[in-house]
Amino acid sequence: MTHPASALTIESVSVRRGAASVLSSVSTNAHYGELIGLIGPNGAGKTTLLRAAMGLQSMESGQIRLGGKDLADWGARALGRHLAYVPQSGGEAWPIRVDRFVALGRLPHLEPWRNPRPTDAQAVDAAMKAADVTEFANRPVTALSGGERARVHLARALAVEAPILFADEPIAGLDPYHQLHVMEILRRQAVEDQRCVVVVLHDLTLAHRFCDRLVLLKDGRIYADGPPDTVLTPQALKDAYSVVPAGPVDLADIVLPWSRMMPSDG
Amino acid sequence: MKISSHQPAAMRATHWEISFPVLLAGLALAIVVASSIGLVAERISATAVSGFLTLFETDPDTAMAILLEVRLPRILLGAMVGATLGLSGAALQGWLRNPLAEPGLIGASAAAALGAVIAFYFGLGALSQYALPIGGVIGAMAGLGILMMMVGRDPSVLTVILGGVAVTAFAGALTQLALNLAPSPYATLEVITWMMGSLANRSFDHVWLALPLTIIGWGLLAGTGRALDALTVGEDAARSMGVNLNRLRWRVVFGVGLSVGAAVSVSGVIGFVGLVIPHLLRPLVGFMPSRLLPASALGGAVLVLFSDLLVRYLSPGQELKLGVVTALIGAPFFLMMLLEVRKRGQ
Repeated sequence: MTHPASALTIESVSVRRGAASVLSSVSTNAHYGELIGLIGPNGAGKTTLLRAAMGLQSMESGQIRLGGKDLADWGARALGRHLAYVPQSGGEAWPIRVDRFVALGRLPHLEPWRNPRPTDAQAVDAAMKAADVTEFANRPVTALSGGERARVHLARALAVEAPILFADEPIAGLDPYHQLHVMEILRRQAVEDQRCVVVVLHDLTLAHRFCDRLVLLKDGRIYADGPPDTVLTPQALKDAYSVVPAGPVDLADIVLPWSRMMPSDG
Repeated sequence: MKISSHQPAAMRATHWEISFPVLLAGLALAIVVASSIGLVAERISATAVSGFLTLFETDPDTAMAILLEVRLPRILLGAMVGATLGLSGAALQGWLRNPLAEPGLIGASAAAALGAVIAFYFGLGALSQYALPIGGVIGAMAGLGILMMMVGRDPSVLTVILGGVAVTAFAGALTQLALNLAPSPYATLEVITWMMGSLANRSFDHVWLALPLTIIGWGLLAGTGRALDALTVGEDAARSMGVNLNRLRWRVVFGVGLSVGAAVSVSGVIGFVGLVIPHLLRPLVGFMPSRLLPASALGGAVLVLFSDLLVRYLSPGQELKLGVVTALIGAPFFLMMLLEVRKRGQ
């Protein structure tokens, strides 16, 4: 598959909610094969920016281009095939089986009133494998633990086979093992499958370790945008998050140095 | 292997599911059985059956007339109304993602009842026996129109529910007012009797009256299955897959409004079918909202047809009203569901 270099271009996007300005003149871009961490304090506008880029948020001004085409020119179904979204888990309405839940991701590919084709089943199998959820394919999604559920949501989005993947806090509330697991899967999607992956994160150590690039939002503006080392400076943390080092630390010390134990490691 | 021994819900969800075609065939068979019994026997008793068979031999014309003009429309209406209620309940529950939703929720039933009462109140019933049903359809449409105006462009589920509550309360108050000011106790009695819901003394004219709107309503609801499935993931995720939530909302509200309005117009208010049937059938279809739609339509028809048989069987003299029977069964069931939900929430 060949893609234009720029997967996503965001140009001077502003969003207002009532009198309050949520995003002011935000500009950035994203490329295929890149894992981008969207970080910033609560209320900085991360989710709003993500929703705007998906066409789910009305904008005051600005332009968004996906795959070289203006967002307004995309049909809903075509856009549904080009961009997949991983919501925060926990909102599943019914205890449907995991394999059926994942298969919902094929919806943008289905013809009305037609049954799924063999390619759809293959995509679902591949997505379940990639997100490591094949083991509980027959269990109801609501009966899973938080870590398993987050991966099921990820599998549902991967089943879309979209070149662009957005994930909103996919590791919120997970323990370190499952956080690493999800980040590894996202990383693989960017590196091996050359997708453009944008992920909203609150864990700065994982953001630093896994992402190619970080976009730091503060009060609806881009505070910093670049490789993790250049974004996560003590000054930036102080300005954006109002946190300062508790003692004398080297930045390397706060980067989580651990890896997930593989089942075979015992 | 991680077997979910600590998750009873997990076992339950997969344990009860049965093959989808088998389920649909079983429900269809139950409809056929209930219809056959209803056609052959006015009362469920050996004498009634043999009496009818004797009539067939002595006076076949009369027997055929009873069969085709009295019993057949009653059964067709029962199946239509039941299917409407079951389908509407399943669609509403899927759309609102809440197992306690019900067709009465968006105000269609109450508004239809008001329309019929108004038609009756102004003496239109004397002009034509169809004044009541026509008034009911107009009432349901007016109620929906007001609901959509209140909801405006806001696509939130909560607004629709609150709007439905407002329409129901207002229509209920106006109905009470009409009863309060009714010219004679006889008029009051007539309206109250009609509102209790019944399939007795209906003709093919009632079928033709309700059929067009019912078919349109069913058509609107039938196409919502995949969108309802997508909503299982969440609203934003569904939209990210190309689901148009605005269009879905219009389809559900109008589909339910038209078909339930038509049903209430010819049968009065028959409650709880739309609540009970989707809830009972949901585990059997593996909780998939799209599969629940056809299953609930068939299941609703089964429940109403059998309830109607029960009504005829239980009360040979003063006929028990169908709406009363479904409410008597449905209300305790609703309470059980609430307790279950609370238990699961703990």
